Amino acid sequence: MTSKKNIGIVKSKIFKSLIPLRLQSGKILKEYNLMYETYGTLNSKKDNAVLVCHALSGNHHLAGRYSLKDKYPGWWDNLIGPNKPLDTNKFFVIGVNNLGGSDGSSGPKSINKQTKKPWGASFPIATVEDWVNSHEALITSLNISKLAGVIGGSLGGMQAIQWAIKFPERIEHAIVIAAAPNLTAQNIAFNEVARQSIITDPDFNKGNYYKKNARPRRGLRIARMLGHITYLSDDVMGSKFGRKLKNKNYHYNFNTEFEIESYLNYQGDKFAKEFDANTYIRMTKALDYYDPANGINRNLSKVFKNIKSKFLVISFTSDWRFSPNRSKEIVKALLDNNIDVKYAEITAASGHDAFLMEEPRYHAILHSYFNQML
Amino acid sequence: MKLNKNNYRYDFPIIANWVNSNSKVLDLGCGDGELLNYLKKERNITGYGIEKDNDGWLKSLKKGINVLQVDIEAGLPEFEDDAFDVVILSKTIQSMHNTEEILDEMLRVGKQVIVTFPNFGYWKDRIQSIQGTMPKSKELPYSWFNTPNVHLCTIKDFDDLCKSKKYKIINRLVLTDNKSVSFFPNLFGALALYNLVNR
Repeated sequence: MTSKKNIGIVKSKIFKSLIPLRLQSGKILKEYNLMYETYGTLNSKKDNAVLVCHALSGNHHLAGRYSLKDKYPGWWDNLIGPNKPLDTNKFFVIGVNNLGGSDGSSGPKSINKQTKKPWGASFPIATVEDWVNSHEALITSLNISKLAGVIGGSLGGMQAIQWAIKFPERIEHAIVIAAAPNLTAQNIAFNEVARQSIITDPDFNKGNYYKKNARPRRGLRIARMLGHITYLSDDVMGSKFGRKLKNKNYHYNFNTEFEIESYLNYQGDKFAKEFDANTYIRMTKALDYYDPANGINRNLSKVFKNIKSKFLVISFTSDWRFSPNRSKEIVKALLDNNIDVKYAEITAASGHDAFLMEEPRYHAILHSYFNQML
Repeated sequence: MKLNKNNYRYDFPIIANWVNSNSKVLDLGCGDGELLNYLKKERNITGYGIEKDNDGWLKSLKKGINVLQVDIEAGLPEFEDDAFDVVILSKTIQSMHNTEEILDEMLRVGKQVIVTFPNFGYWKDRIQSIQGTMPKSKELPYSWFNTPNVHLCTIKDFDDLCKSKKYKIINRLVLTDNKSVSFFPNLFGALALYNLVNR
């Protein structure tokens, strides 16, 4: 077997759309930018392109590094590269930063041409449907008439589903990982606590904080800590941290005593430094709103009626935010329509986060599936 | 469910005989996907396989089978009534816990049901039992301590079940190695194949 390689140094590109995009909210984005990255080469038939959709805190930087000094590679570097499961020797892989993001695509942090100021709170909320419509414009600009596949985990999986619903002729395979056809009340509840912690941070200033020195870091930090708890399973937290103490004894004060506290604080701090609060609350909104069966008698099977793509659906046993049962709802609606679908339930301890890990069986499945695609 | 099917493919042509061309088929416990692959080639079927075991699942995927990793012991809630022309349970029933429920479920989602199982009434098994050991054979390759088989039955047992459940048997074939057995099948038959419909 040829050995896996890293993709090396990569560069982002900008797609500028001058065609207005009508958002689900009714608002119109007159023009917008999408930051994207590509890896591998588009073949002459232009049938080897795979779009990777990102989740809550992801972006277009999927793999590789911007410079040799970069500490971390892109967020799905373990999956994407030469001889990796999504093999860039074979596939042309595209990552895109979604609208409302803060890594170069149009969003609250970018400059509103009309006011010459950052959009801030006035940047409209974009939904999964809006994102997929904007992806389609990008794919068209790259002269790709049909994607070999769209893959995503969690919120990214919802985009893969939406691609198959909205553009049945333009997607051959949808790979939907640790996703759901909509969020449960419990999931929306977690998102609302995260949003409230950001919105009630005095430094949030109703979303208009870019011109100020302060950022709503406290709120973002707490939102991330909460998220982290829910992305892991009780078991994995237990085995990783248990009741381990930072120091030997209790101090009977409110400083960090347990390893898990220290871990959450570290993760929260790191995230609050790097991520944009306006983007975070928008991403959680996109999650909450997505519900393709809404208004169609809550019947997902009817929504899937015109799907032409084949599906691979994967869930993880310990994922309680997007449980295997939610994936099975997707599978059932596909089966009702006689759509080609493969479904795997991966035994993994790490909860929702498992979709980002290099679990051997998970990657073997993706490897085999991608191998068969071309 | 790790079942050693021992490459006994001689039952495949018989199953194929009972499956109409272009049927929609569900294979429960599809293992490495060989049977579905065979039926695809011979009968141009479409459909799905269900396999719990990771290795079997991946082998099926590599053959391009639509394979689903769900637990059939929990029934078949993913499928609507009469969703399939044929539902197959090949050499798997003896390792199932909820045998009665799964047969009912198969007849709910399929218009036709094919069940095959090793006949525990086979004379070689009976002799081993009389000799005081648990039977081992080509069809039953396991020892008592590592067998996945929990619900072994004889042809007579299965006939009785069909009668009490009012399943209609449209075909029954009994095989030993590659040959059909019609003389005292419950004694001389190693493998039983049933073609059922809901009465």
